[in-house]
Order: sequence, then structure tokens, then C-alpha cells
Amino acid sequence: MTPQNSGAPVTRPEPDAPAGLAAPTSHRARLSEWIDRRAGTFFIMPAVVMILIFSIFPLVASLVMSVSRIRLRAGGYKVSFVGTKNFEKQLFGSEQFHFLGTFREISLLGWVVMVLAALVLVWWLYRYVRSQFWWLGFIGRLITANLAFAIVALAATTLLSGNNFGTLGTTLFYVFVGCSIQFIIGLGLALLCSQQIRGRNFFRVVFFIPLMVTPIGIGYAFRMLADTTKGPFSIVWQWVGLGDFAWSTSAWAARSFIIIGDSWQWIPFIFVILLAACENIPRDFVEAAEVDGASQRQIFLEITWPQILPVAVTVMLIRMIEAFKIVDLPNIMTSGGPGIATESMSLHSLFAWRSLDLGQSAAISYLLLFVTVVVCVSFFNIIVLQRVRQT
Amino acid sequence: MTKSSPDYQANQSLYARLFEPQVIGKMPVGTQILVYSALVIWTLFVLFPIYWVLITSFKDIADVNGGPYFLPWIDFTPSLHAWKELFVVDYEDTLTAYMNSIIIALASTLLCSMIGSMAAYALARIEYKPKFGTIALFVVSMILASIAVGSYGIDWKIAVAVALAIFALMARGLSRRFTRSVGNGDILFWMISQRILPPVVVVVPIYMMFQQLHLLDTHIALILTYTVVNLPIVVWLMYDFFVSIPKDLEESAQLDGATRFTTFWEIVLPMARPGLAATTLLVMILAWNEYLLALFISTSNAQTMPILVAAMNAGERGILWWSMSVVIIVMIIPVVAMAIVLQRFISKGVLLGAVKG
Repeated sequence: MTPQNSGAPVTRPEPDAPAGLAAPTSHRARLSEWIDRRAGTFFIMPAVVMILIFSIFPLVASLVMSVSRIRLRAGGYKVSFVGTKNFEKQLFGSEQFHFLGTFREISLLGWVVMVLAALVLVWWLYRYVRSQFWWLGFIGRLITANLAFAIVALAATTLLSGNNFGTLGTTLFYVFVGCSIQFIIGLGLALLCSQQIRGRNFFRVVFFIPLMVTPIGIGYAFRMLADTTKGPFSIVWQWVGLGDFAWSTSAWAARSFIIIGDSWQWIPFIFVILLAACENIPRDFVEAAEVDGASQRQIFLEITWPQILPVAVTVMLIRMIEAFKIVDLPNIMTSGGPGIATESMSLHSLFAWRSLDLGQSAAISYLLLFVTVVVCVSFFNIIVLQRVRQT
Repeated sequence: MTKSSPDYQANQSLYARLFEPQVIGKMPVGTQILVYSALVIWTLFVLFPIYWVLITSFKDIADVNGGPYFLPWIDFTPSLHAWKELFVVDYEDTLTAYMNSIIIALASTLLCSMIGSMAAYALARIEYKPKFGTIALFVVSMILASIAVGSYGIDWKIAVAVALAIFALMARGLSRRFTRSVGNGDILFWMISQRILPPVVVVVPIYMMFQQLHLLDTHIALILTYTVVNLPIVVWLMYDFFVSIPKDLEESAQLDGATRFTTFWEIVLPMARPGLAATTLLVMILAWNEYLLALFISTSNAQTMPILVAAMNAGERGILWWSMSVVIIVMIIPVVAMAIVLQRFISKGVLLGAVKG
């Protein structure tokens, strides 16, 4: 009894209608015929019901939780409606330092960056309005532009003015910096492996292995490796003179440490798919170009890159979606520390849940959902659809 | 003078001889050296953490806590104490977690591939036209039900049943009046977009739901949750796969009187085997390694391996690196074995078909 119920098969050829055979008589035959006529419903219904129960219902329940205050009482919960207080606390109130960061007077560099970002965004919107205009598209772009400006302003008031940013900034750092590094290395490895080299299958299998290690395991393994006194590289650390240095006490070191672990795990995913894309390029194209005397750089820019671009964009979209959810690595490697420097939004929400602050936890996770949706949809619209429109 | 003649080669500078192509389709020597060294460096980077975990699992406690030791038998004596502790002394916990992980990963992968490929096949072949109004009606009735539960304290079973009944009656009566409908593309997008949902958003309500149903800390709870979490991936990958399969065979089977289900089971699924293999492997890896949802939903009975890994961080005794390494190694083995079995499907670029965009 869901929307798809009215979606009876429309174009399906009725198997026994044209033949005009005798109508099935037995009860069982009639039942199987009835099922077959409704096959469309039966095929899709399990998936729809599962998603409704385990995905849509929790989503709504979480929304309700994010606007209420939940207190544990003997034998149950006490829920009271508080409106947007949970969100206000995160964005403007006492939790602001944790979520957004500590604000300070904006430095000159911060002002310059902010003004530049505003100009670019206004120009981008103006160009859209001049070239084509559709009110829904405009509203979508307005949301994107506002969020982008908010992020730049956040960076300007915290990072560029010499202060700490909160979990939002950390998450975006993981997503953008981490994904870029992973894409560049993954693409490089895929290009190397698509050359005529020996042992390609060996490298393919070996490079795929990190994806199969549990993220928790990766977290602990990298903690062992990074130990400056007992880890395998401690000799190097002593030699450089950083023997007493601990990764977990410096914010930027800890963040880059987590990105290294994340990259170790996810580069294989990008690598495998981009390698398949590279191998899908017809061999004749490349050979013809080589005969014509094209340089390697030209071959890459003119043949390989345009051919793998659609795959690359989709892979990056998938990777970004997953990167926003990062929680295991910061939890294991640094437990969010030093302070809140490596805490991602998922981890922030998890910590709030652990301290039984369910309303705050739901509010943070909703903010995460909002940022994820806007960033991913913008990425999809601006890059993927742009390309579709051009061709 | 051709490029491959000895005179030409002699006249070239060293750089040109090393890096400029001498023969079409063959790499120059210098480039080869660079390519292989890059690949070897990356291989070391990939394998070293795993090697370190492996040797840590054979180290004595003193050897782990002492300075770095790299080579077994040369700078430390390997011992089996951690393996013994996990598989002889404390074998019950380990084996329970291992069996839990296997049962949950296998069952959820199976269920997920089944449901997901059925939905993907249906979306690729059958045209759906759910009316926009019907969907809105459903949403409204569910919202009313949740308000009734939330504000007036009505039992949720009764509220849901009443809401569904009202929806069914109204939909039957009103469906002819609705004109606008959504298409297959919209349903597909709706299903795939569920992947964007961060698990933290849904995990607390799911926890409460299983608490209500008394299913907390059971296999079923984790199986169902993992199935839904991975469903979008299956639908996405398999949809593109089914679209690329020609329709002719199915149509002729249907003319011969086969039902949709028979067609799907006996013709379409066997043809989609490579895609199914790659998708299954991916979903399996995700379910096998999942941590956050397991942390919420399972406490002791349904504890999975990732939770066991985290449990080795045992408070006052510090982190039991040796035992943890054993668990990590034990967790990698089945997945690598499976990946090697399914390797040809992955390398054929089956995943690629779906990601072409």
C-alpha cells in the first residue's frame, strides 16, 4: 500500500492475452497469473518498503528529535518541543565554538578572500540569469552560492584570522582536501597501470587490498605506524629530531594524519574504476596519435582525459558522499583530539549521543545532512549536468 | 634515417634516448624505470601497514612495547601468545563474533542483492507511473499517524494501521482524479539518493525502533539495517547493468508464456552474473567492515568483528596491540580470498558500466 501501487505494468506484453487460450481454471494457476499481472508491484515493493521503514521513517523521526528536547526518565523518555533551539545552540549559542569554530576579528587576508568570493559568486549568478533563467534552477543556485559564501566567510573568520574552526570546517577539510589528494594519486596510479607494463594483474590486486581492511583496523594500524618512539619510523623521527613529537598534539599534523589513513583506504576504489575506464579507451586511438607523433602530454589531454572524464566525475561524487560520513578514523586515531581539531560532524553527533543529548545529536546530524545534500547536488548539477547540456 | 637506426640513436642526447619513444607502442627505458619505481613505491606503501600488523600479531608484549623490531627471527622471536589467547583461551568470544560477522554479512549481502536487483530490473524494464497525488496522500497520512503517536500517545501499531487503511481507501477513491505522475527516473533517483544519508542521522531512530520491537542486539536487526544501507548501491550498479542487456531474449521468453519471475530468475540473472559478482563483493566488503551501526545496534549477542577490534582498546590495560592485530588479520583473510575469486569480474570493468554517468 505505497505509492507504487498504482504503478501497474504498462508496456508489458500480456503473455496469454493475444493467444486467447482457455482461461486458467485451477486456483493455483489463477493465483500465479494474478501475481504475474502485478509483477511490477511485486518486483519493486520489497525495496520500497525497506527504504520507507529504515530510511524515510528514521529520517522523519530524527527531524522530530532535532526540534525537541529529550530527557531520559525512569522507564522511558520525556519529549518536549523546543522549536529551533537545538539548531540555534549549535549555530549561534554556547556550542558555536564546537560546531563552527571560535570567531575573531577578521584579518585583512580574510576580508580580501571574502570580497573575492562574493564577487565571484555574484558574477556566477549574474551569468546564469543572463544565459538562461528557470526559477527553480535560480533558487538552487542561490542556495549553493549562499552556502559557498558562508563556508568562505567561516574560513575567513576562523582559519585565515588565526583561529580554530569547528567540526564543520574539519569535515569540509576532510572532504575537499582528502578527495582531491585521493583523486590525483588514484588517477596517477591508474594511468601508470594502464601502460603496457608487466605484472599488471599483480599490481591491480595489491592496490585493491586496502579497501578490504576494516576502517577500525586501519585506524589502529596507522596509530602504531605513527608512534614516534615505538613505531617503525621512530628511527627516522629521532634522526630528524622530532623524537618527542606526538602527532596527536598538533592540530594540523593530526588532521593530515587522518587524511593519510583515509587516502590509504580509498585510493584503491578510485584507482580500480579509473583503471577500468582507461582500459576501455580503444587502443587504436592512442596508437594512431603516437604514429602521428603526439607527445604523452597531448595524448593524455586530448584522448585519455575526455574519455575518462564522465567516470571520474561520478567516482568523485560517490567518494564525496562517503567522505562526508567519515567517523571511524578520527574516532580511533585521535578520538577527535587535540581538543576538537580532528572531530568530524558525524563524530560530533556520536559524542552528543553518548552524552545522552539526543536533541543536539539529531540537530548536528541534520546540519550534516543539509551540507552534504547541498554540496553533492551542487557538484552534480554544476559539473555533470553542465557537461550533459554542452553535448 | 629512421628512428630505430643505430646512427640516429647515437646522435640523441641521453635525455632523449631515455625518455623519447623509440618504437611505437613501447615505452622508452627511462620512462619504464620511472613507472616501475612509482608502482613499487606504492606497493610498499600499501603493503607495509599490513606487514606491520601481521608481525605485531606474532610479537611478544615486550617486543611491541620495546623499540621497533622489523624482522621475525632476526630482531625478535615470533610467539603465538596473542593467537593462543584469542583462539584457545578465549575462543568463545572470538568465534561468536566471527560467526556473527559471517552470518550478518552473508545474509545481508544476499538479501540486499536479491531485493536490489529485483527493483533495479523492474525499473529498467517496467514503466512505473505512480501518481504524484497518491504519494502526497501517503506522506500526509503517515505524518498524521506520527503526530497521533507523538502528541497524543496513541499506540504506534494502531496509528500506523489506521493511517494505512485511510490511505488505501482514499487512494482507491481519488486516484482517478490525479493527473501528474512521476517516472522511473524519479524512483531510481529517490532510491540512489538514500546513500547520501549519513548513518548518524538515522541510527538513533533505528535504535529506538528495534528497541520497540525487542530486536535490539539480534542478527535480524543488523541484517535488515545493512541491507537497507547498501540497497542504493545495488540498485544503482545493477540498473545500469540491466539496461545494457538486450531485451530480445526476455521478450521471446514472454511470448512463450514465461512469467516475469521465471524470466528474471532463469534468463536475466544468469546473464547479469558478472555485474552481480562485482556488486556482491562491494556490498559484502561494506557490510563486513561496518562499525558505526554495529556499535549502536549490537551489544553482546550480535557483536561483530569490527566491534571486537575496538574492544581490544581495553581501558586500564591500555591497547592490546597484539590481540588487535590478530583480529585485523583474521578479518582480512576471507575478504581477500573472495576478492581473488571474483577478481576477474572486477578487472573486467564491470563496476565501470555503472559509473559511466
